[in-house]
Amino acid sequence: MLRIEYVYWLCGALFLAASAFDLASRRYASAAFWAILSACFFGGDAIEAAAAAGNVVPAQLGGIAVIALALIAGSGALKRRATSDEDLPQRRASAERLGNRLFLPALAIPFVTLALVLVLPYLKEANLDVFDTRQTTLVVLGVACVIAALAAMALTRATPLAAFREGSRLLDALSWAALLPMLLATLGAVFAKTGVGDAVAQIVSAAIPTQSRDACVLAYGLGMALFTIIMGNAFAAFPVMTAGVGLPLLIGQHHGHAAVVGALGMLCGYCGTLLTPMAANFNIVPVALLELRDPNAVIRAQWPTAVVLFAVNLLLLDWLAFR
Amino acid sequence: MNYWPLLGVAIVVAGFAWRLNPALVVVVAGIASGLLAGLTVPDLLALLGRSFVSNRTLLVIVLTLPTIGLLERAGLRERAHAWILGLRRLTFARLLIAYLALRQIVSMFGLTNVAGHAQTVRPLLAPMAEAAAGKIDPALDDDELERIKALAAATDNVGLFFGEDVFIAFGAVLLIQAFFSQHGIEMDPRSIAIWALPTAIAAFVIHALRIAWFQRGIGKPGRARRGSIAQETSDVAH
Repeated sequence: MLRIEYVYWLCGALFLAASAFDLASRRYASAAFWAILSACFFGGDAIEAAAAAGNVVPAQLGGIAVIALALIAGSGALKRRATSDEDLPQRRASAERLGNRLFLPALAIPFVTLALVLVLPYLKEANLDVFDTRQTTLVVLGVACVIAALAAMALTRATPLAAFREGSRLLDALSWAALLPMLLATLGAVFAKTGVGDAVAQIVSAAIPTQSRDACVLAYGLGMALFTIIMGNAFAAFPVMTAGVGLPLLIGQHHGHAAVVGALGMLCGYCGTLLTPMAANFNIVPVALLELRDPNAVIRAQWPTAVVLFAVNLLLLDWLAFR
Repeated sequence: MNYWPLLGVAIVVAGFAWRLNPALVVVVAGIASGLLAGLTVPDLLALLGRSFVSNRTLLVIVLTLPTIGLLERAGLRERAHAWILGLRRLTFARLLIAYLALRQIVSMFGLTNVAGHAQTVRPLLAPMAEAAAGKIDPALDDDELERIKALAAATDNVGLFFGEDVFIAFGAVLLIQAFFSQHGIEMDPRSIAIWALPTAIAAFVIHALRIAWFQRGIGKPGRARRGSIAQETSDVAH
């Protein structure tokens, strides 16, 4: 059976390759950075298993690794390697020669993922457990990536070593931005554990005039959006704001329709996600991937959509929940 | 109630405002919040390490990079560019709006991983959008190209966010159902997902109008002036 751990190990191998290539070109800080991250991916299962069994020492080592990664990133020693245009003539010639066949491996990632997801129910029916039942779509994505990489190697007559080198080149272009989604999720866990969410909900619910239905709708919607902006994740904001404001006031006091309150509350949060650098995988990683100079370029491009849509959500909530 | 851990939030806000390295800011905020809540150092280290590794799923997307890197070396972006130039009727707005619709519909069926910034935006959509904009004005400056690429990324985000919530087995819907169930209100996931549909339609209309509006401004003076503000601020970014 293909387990999700294999996918993590493959990621770990890619980070290890990036570390080796950086070491060879004497970029020691980057080499250390990817090596530590690689260790976290290879050792992740052991950390989780030991912590579940009551041994926290591996997890503490993981915590030290997180701090080390942040210090390397913060020291400014990681130099982003920008894509060079030196080989532009070769790229043009190769594009000319290969033509539309170049699209095939790139499209293989979505289409193989799609095909495998569609086949999954039949495999399950036939009792063939090829894919892990946990995180199935990610395992499927991992398989699609491997197939696409093999196709790209066949098309461009490249060796596996070249594939790792190109992957490492893009990792170095992403640099610490690649790590940010994981660090922010970690921060979310710390905030949840330390009661930051409850404190915010307490302040919001203390500040609103509860007799006015419109004020409650506004407070819930704004609270979801603002808390999502802080946490970078609407999932973290939802239980806190709904327990603090949505459930007691909108549903309890003003008899709102619970399914509508839940759905539109979450969507108000999504508008917040479009506005915050804390949602790194959506707003910061693409800045690095597209090599944009302004770190807020993506947020700048989407804030008008987010603000107008937020207003629409509030109106929909006010109208649909209290019919 | 202990309000001190909120200082962690303040650290994040200040760190981003001062444009310090976000990775460092986030970890410092986590440590501050944990210590202020009274966690001991060993407990805090264990919490950091365990939460970090349990979120490894967020980085699985790096597995697309070898493929994308090989294809780029072989001229993928140049080919995407040339292909768009050959399609005379495919304008900038039509390209992005079609992508938005496709991304929303595919996400509605729960297929959120088939597209994304690494899988489709960098190798395909961004060069195609640049080429389509180049058909309107071949002499686009760097600021305008940057805004075009950013809009391509934004379009992917909007399509994903306001499509996936309509899918009944999506995490958000299940989270809402589980939350209300814990509080004694039982509901069918379908009854939650259906209420995301009006917002999905509104998101499509609003963002499509903005894309069409953006196209009208491509190559016009005045755009460039606004773009140069972004350039000034970007120098202190990294």
